[in-house]
Amino acid sequence: MIETMITISLVLFTITICIAVLRIILGPSMPDRVIALDMIGVNLIAMIAVVSIMLNTAAFFEVILILGILSFIGTIAFSKSIERRVIIERKRDR
Amino acid sequence: MKINDVILQTVTKIVVFIILTFGIELFLAGHNSPGGGFIGGLVLSSAFVLLYLVHDIETVRKGIPFDFKKIAAIGAFLAVGTGIGAVLFGEEFLTQAFDYFDLPVFGETELSTVMLFEAGVALTVVGVVVTIISTISEDV
Repeated sequence: MIETMITISLVLFTITICIAVLRIILGPSMPDRVIALDMIGVNLIAMIAVVSIMLNTAAFFEVILILGILSFIGTIAFSKSIERRVIIERKRDR
Repeated sequence: MKINDVILQTVTKIVVFIILTFGIELFLAGHNSPGGGFIGGLVLSSAFVLLYLVHDIETVRKGIPFDFKKIAAIGAFLAVGTGIGAVLFGEEFLTQAFDYFDLPVFGETELSTVMLFEAGVALTVVGVVVTIISTISEDV
């Protein structure tokens, strides 16, 4: 029972990631692509959690944390690059 | 244009400490489970990259007044120094030793010189990555 559920959820996550990749390729504007990348990160985290349930192991929890951190930083960097044309400023004028 | 990123800065104040704690945890996980000096150093430097993103270079340099080039040099010296230390005791280069000790809080713990080597690797990675990031963004 649980095996079937896990397989179905993995297939659905894969389809979701494929749709997000399609959005990255087609996407009319840059914010669409950034949100699709963030969505791929979230779906990868969910897939790793499901896989660690399937394999009955706790070895992938660090992977989940690192993927969350890197996806967060990447999204912030992309949105700052879109918004202000510069990622790391030398001296902020305000 | 007035910049308003109160939410980002408030979140970063907490998230940076979570990332630093996780980096040190990865570093201490050591040579028997996933983790080690290189990965711990990369996670630590991602915390510094987040600080550079949210604030600017001048502010971070005022808050963390380290020269990261010197940190990389100290790390490489430490990593090579553990190898030289093995030579001084008549062993081959980079031979590592370990033993079990009774520490007050942790109980019986395995302490090894791999720890010092990993600390050197972590310092080198942090120094090199932060230097590269801050050099790339120098003249904007």
